[in-house]
Amino acid sequence: MSILIENLSTLQNVIYIISSMLFITGIKMLGKEDTAVRGNFLSALAMFIAVSITLVNVVNPLIIIIGISVGAIIGSVIALKVKMTSIPEMVALFNGFGGLATFFIAWSEYSTTPENYFQYILIMLTTFIGGVTFTGSIIAYGKLSERLTIKKTSLITKLFTTIFYASLFYLIYSAFFTDIFEPNFDFYLILIILTLLGGIGFVLPIGGGDMPVVISLLNSFSGIAAAFAGLMLLNNVLIVAGSLVGASGLILTIIMAKAMNRSIGNILFVGYASSSSGSKSEETGEVKPINVSDAFLILENASSVLIVPGYGMAVAQAQHVVRELGELLESNGTEVKYGIHPVAGRMPGHMNVLLAEANVPYDVLVEPDDVNPTMDSVDVAVVIGANDVVNPSATEEPGSPIYGMPIIEVHNSRTVFVLKRSMSSGFAGVQNPLFFKENTRMLFGDAKESIGGLVSEFKE
Amino acid sequence: METYILLGFVLVLSIYLGLELISKVPSTLHTPLMSGANAISGIALVGALMLAVGDQFGQLQEVLAFLAVTFASINVFGGYLVTNRMLKMFKKK
Repeated sequence: MSILIENLSTLQNVIYIISSMLFITGIKMLGKEDTAVRGNFLSALAMFIAVSITLVNVVNPLIIIIGISVGAIIGSVIALKVKMTSIPEMVALFNGFGGLATFFIAWSEYSTTPENYFQYILIMLTTFIGGVTFTGSIIAYGKLSERLTIKKTSLITKLFTTIFYASLFYLIYSAFFTDIFEPNFDFYLILIILTLLGGIGFVLPIGGGDMPVVISLLNSFSGIAAAFAGLMLLNNVLIVAGSLVGASGLILTIIMAKAMNRSIGNILFVGYASSSSGSKSEETGEVKPINVSDAFLILENASSVLIVPGYGMAVAQAQHVVRELGELLESNGTEVKYGIHPVAGRMPGHMNVLLAEANVPYDVLVEPDDVNPTMDSVDVAVVIGANDVVNPSATEEPGSPIYGMPIIEVHNSRTVFVLKRSMSSGFAGVQNPLFFKENTRMLFGDAKESIGGLVSEFKE
Repeated sequence: METYILLGFVLVLSIYLGLELISKVPSTLHTPLMSGANAISGIALVGALMLAVGDQFGQLQEVLAFLAVTFASINVFGGYLVTNRMLKMFKKK
């Protein structure tokens, strides 16, 4: 019997190595357009074999099978039913569940008495990261689905932020001042409560436009939590897979922060409000509105058009009608490109997913660096529900809080159409001089209706 | 102690490997990469299963293992399916 167990454990470890290789290959392939679908499949296969071989020596298979089945049904239903516009909050939710799972694993390990100091530290760390990932993601979910509207300056936000710092201190304290060989459950319970409340305080003060950074960071955390759980359980596949997720989340976080020209610390702990208090130049000038039929006449004669979508396009659900306009322009002989800013929307790649859903091929999507040098040859730039990512203050006004942020320089094109509901300023709370430029025309109203109007003009 | 050092080594190398592998991801794939990576973090499922292996399997451990397995499974199944659904939409001209 013992030989069998020994062989089984060896077999498991060999399978874990194979699984790790598949995860590594899978995530590598997921990073390239041509191989992404297969990469995702390989990583699912890696997951399948790792789970299967672990199932072999489970003592109580019934509750495990029930748990997996329940999870499979809930997960599949959400994944197949979710609308593409709701992807950001769904990713946040799944992320939270991953964190919650590691949180429970750590709790269970604590309750069976840590064997040594290292394991004790790892249990504390896993509890903390898993718990913060869970409640933080739930708050992110609430903010992204717009069910939660608490101002960052409110008292509740400040209270929870304080609890977050308290939980951090408690974690450090617990590393030095507890008797690990006599688990004191009250002591651990305080960590659990502080951690869960602290996670709320971690995300609550962060505003909507900074969500792409937060969601990437929470993604990274869920991986790090799994990797720490792997250290705690002495399981190598958890460590490898968790680290890969941690790294990929970190890369996205850095890309997002760079696209805003801000440090990660500034986004998490400072925010725009305090940095923008300095200079606020009162932009004066006249706003020049335009109506749909005049806009149509200009577009009809344009030979190159750049469409720049932002979060407003997602809100108005205008991606399908935008694609229709793009196709009509193309059949009219106009060259159409889409300028996508990395932080447009509420998560990394948000605009790309929406346009893909509307059947816009991904090779007509261009990044700021590709389109800015040739901007003066663009006849019409159509800005749909984007604001801060096209704000010329970022290049022209050294005093502006967003100065230095890479933008799509639509103001250098011949004509700019800005589709907007009203004259309110963007997320950053900064006035946008683009609206007052000589070559800018404002097309007020709901983006979907305005574009729909242009589409029907073209069809006539 | 030696084991922790060795596994810590694996951890550090894997993070470096991940950073190298994904550093040049095109922006088209930012969302699928995120949700695909999110599905991988469901590897916590393996950890949850390991809880149900030891001999100290009391009532509290049973409940915690069940909850961990369920939530990790939502993460795994939901994550892979939605990533696949998203990737299928991306088309070249």
